[in-house]
Amino acid sequence: MSLRSYIIARILLSVPMIMLLLTFVFLLIRVLPGDPAMLHFEKNVEPATLQAFKHELGLDKPLITQYFDYLAGLLRGDFGKSMQDYSPVSQQIFSAFPATLELAIWATIIMVALGISLGVTAARSYNSTKDHSIRIFGTVSYAIPVFFLGEVLIMVFAIFLRWFPSGGRMYPGITPPGLCVGGTCYTTGLYVLDSLLAGSLQDLYLSIRYLTLPSLALGLVLCGIFIRLTRSNMMETLQLDFVTAARARGLKERTVVYGYALRNAFLPVLTMMGLQFAALLAGAILTETTFSWPGLGRYLVDRIGFRDYTAIQGVVIFFGLLVTGVSLIVDILYAYLDPRIRL
Amino acid sequence: MPLLDIQSLVVQYHTQKANVKAVDRVSLSIDKGHTLGLVGESGCGKSTLGLSAMRLIPPPGKIVSGHVTLDGIDVVNCSDQQIRQIRGKRVGYIFQDPMTSLNPVKRISTHFVEMIKTHEPEVNEQDTINRTKQLLERLGILPERIDDYPHQFSGGMRQRVMIGLALALGPDLLIADEPTTSLDVIVEAQIIELLKELKESLKLTLILITHNIGIVAETADRVAVMYAGRLAEVGERDTLFEKPLHPYTQALLRSVPNITKKGQVLSWIPGAPPDLADPPPGCLYHPRCPHAFDRCRKEEPVLLKQHTSEVACHLYDRR
Amino acid sequence: MSDDSTRGRILIPLLQKVTSFRQSGLAGWGILVGAGIVVVLALMTTLSPLISPYNPIAINVGPILSPPSAQHPLGTNHLGQDMLSRVISGGAIMFQVAVLSVIVCLIVGVPIGLFASYVGGNTDKLASLVMDSIYAFPGLVLAIAIAAMLGPGVINMALSIAVVYVPSYFRIIRSQVLTIKELPYVEAAHMIGARGRSILFSYILPNVVPSIVAVATINFADAILTAAGLTFVGLGLPVSTPDWGWDLTYGRRLLPSGAWWVITFPGLMVVLLALGFTLIGEGLSELYNPRLQK
Repeated sequence: MSLRSYIIARILLSVPMIMLLLTFVFLLIRVLPGDPAMLHFEKNVEPATLQAFKHELGLDKPLITQYFDYLAGLLRGDFGKSMQDYSPVSQQIFSAFPATLELAIWATIIMVALGISLGVTAARSYNSTKDHSIRIFGTVSYAIPVFFLGEVLIMVFAIFLRWFPSGGRMYPGITPPGLCVGGTCYTTGLYVLDSLLAGSLQDLYLSIRYLTLPSLALGLVLCGIFIRLTRSNMMETLQLDFVTAARARGLKERTVVYGYALRNAFLPVLTMMGLQFAALLAGAILTETTFSWPGLGRYLVDRIGFRDYTAIQGVVIFFGLLVTGVSLIVDILYAYLDPRIRL
Repeated sequence: MPLLDIQSLVVQYHTQKANVKAVDRVSLSIDKGHTLGLVGESGCGKSTLGLSAMRLIPPPGKIVSGHVTLDGIDVVNCSDQQIRQIRGKRVGYIFQDPMTSLNPVKRISTHFVEMIKTHEPEVNEQDTINRTKQLLERLGILPERIDDYPHQFSGGMRQRVMIGLALALGPDLLIADEPTTSLDVIVEAQIIELLKELKESLKLTLILITHNIGIVAETADRVAVMYAGRLAEVGERDTLFEKPLHPYTQALLRSVPNITKKGQVLSWIPGAPPDLADPPPGCLYHPRCPHAFDRCRKEEPVLLKQHTSEVACHLYDRR
Repeated sequence: MSDDSTRGRILIPLLQKVTSFRQSGLAGWGILVGAGIVVVLALMTTLSPLISPYNPIAINVGPILSPPSAQHPLGTNHLGQDMLSRVISGGAIMFQVAVLSVIVCLIVGVPIGLFASYVGGNTDKLASLVMDSIYAFPGLVLAIAIAAMLGPGVINMALSIAVVYVPSYFRIIRSQVLTIKELPYVEAAHMIGARGRSILFSYILPNVVPSIVAVATINFADAILTAAGLTFVGLGLPVSTPDWGWDLTYGRRLLPSGAWWVITFPGLMVVLLALGFTLIGEGLSELYNPRLQK
């Protein structure tokens, strides 16, 4: 089937999945034991206050009406109102999201870079101690809870060695201004990018300093699967004839491995990145909490503390939509790059 | 001094099931300017033997013991850098299937430039291209095609490219591993002619690895017959063809159909090559050998001199 | 079908795989080491009332926040509780949550998987759709959402984790069933008039069991990590029960004062237990689906 029909089919497939997701989260908040409004107020609350509260949030309407309001709201980009101060959840989501995005990007870079380089090394020294150690490392790293690793990193590198800050995203008071033209400044919300746009080396330096430990923690914990994938791919490719033939011509091992063999590993890595995205987000929640990183994950955890169920609902939906969106993009990208599907 | 000297080489493949001896205590030497034909069935270890001359055995294979000396250099134990200098420059290797041996995403010119630059970094790119064009022309390929991709060539042309790659740096030793197996008969004849001509004009030493005994008859000075990882017989070409000593060699020669004889019944060797993971005791050929006797089942034969040949068979072992 | 032959059908393939164990190299070692770790930790937790030097809940059994010493080999925390005792007893919650969630997954996931994929058609399509939707979702987020609504407690944690992992069982079972369904001997059973239910249980189920076991062990590992995560996020248990997850969470605040031992040892325990299960699970997967080992 052609690329276009594949894309259309894939998008169509997402629709029922998204609907299911939205419905599920909706029901989750309302149908499980406990009325969300009552649960929010731990102690007794006056009926009048409760009633006003429920009314403000639309929680007093019949379930069906709530459902359609909810869906209609989402189409407009309205993720509901926070129980704490009735402010729109979408605003807070979109202001917290860039921080999570930046963390996710850097963690992915570390995860893929580590995974590929270690996987290649392991494949090249097949069955040696190096190979076994790398494989063990890959298995063990997955078993480490990311927040534990984060705490260990903080202990060693922030508290003991004082090389990195122990939390936060940036030095208090500083925000990279981004690209300033005329009087207005355009920011992406990604501090490293904004620092580069503004040409500020100091901002760049600071952003990276704060970014290092959290991305490292998240990247290390998830790289195991990339190590394994790259290793097995490489082992297969390195057996191929043209690789041996290249060696027979006396080409440097590095040329052989990276120029010839690695090309094959790329496509599966891309798919795996898409599959790992969900795990990345989940890990980000814990990492952000550990490092006090002001992203969506930490926002979610905060809201849990406040028993702000409508906000929780909003964030969970956002995560779900994000994951669905990313997997859709990855599937389409893969179809584009893999000629077998295209032709 | 021989150009290539192999002494008691043992190459093992270590898999999870078993250790397989692909090459078992093989000793061979080739003098400068000679052509050695290395024959045997698929899986007898001849390719592995050829690869060992450049230490190119892919894992899980390993050279376990023995020596391989190329013009005085210890191939087995030399450093990685030394072996890379040998590969391509002192020894050229022609692989069996040129389609899978050439990188499908690189142009022919890239193949050559990459290789020449690795070994002779001072040479500038234009000189390299000129050299390559001359070489390709010599081999019967139009020089304008230098920027084409492998899949744009026919099988015979690709093999010529492979020969070109093997010869581009002027090696002393050329190893051709089944160079014509994937080609049709007419192209095969052309390639063999080409190889013979190149060998003469470039004063090459050639090892021709094949299961096709006919090619060997045409080109080789000496012939070595391998079976299941071991040498069965080694001898001068004429001697071997006229009076083959080892039963396996005899069976091989018998099984070549003769187009001139009418009503010929095809001869073949009954049985199958042994499972190297679980080899039979004694002589590895004995289950299929019409002359096998008691000693063959118990004792491994040793390669012994018999006039100008060597043979590993108890029929000739008077000890 | 009699009990014996069903048991035989499950055991024989399992045993055959186990005897090729010796030759399996790294996978075999992995299973041994993993099983060893799990057994030791399980024993330690079960026997904790007998072997822990102090009462893990009792406060002020030692000086507050003292580093590892002869009396308190793993130090004490801010309440003066002995860390060694807390580490020995801290696994109970994790084991309970993990075991419970696996049981729920088995009770819910296996029948749905078997039934939906065997019956096929719209049932299968619907079930697959639901399962894929859940599967695509970041596990922890869903577990957090559910746990947030249900409240603290072992059962609630187990339930939230179970919901997240049921799709994994479903998928594995479904892929197996779809293959086996087409095999000639199943068709033959149809032809001699065997009823669907008995085919399902006598033919298909025994072949699916090895994969289920492999998934279950990896499920254990994930359950442990998710339980720790839930606790970390504040959706864990009431303070009094000794729990590795809780020490990991609370110990954070003690780090700036240099008290590294409060989170380190419980953390290592969690890693060890998750690792144990992972090794078993991966070893088993490799045994049943050996990867290309050239």
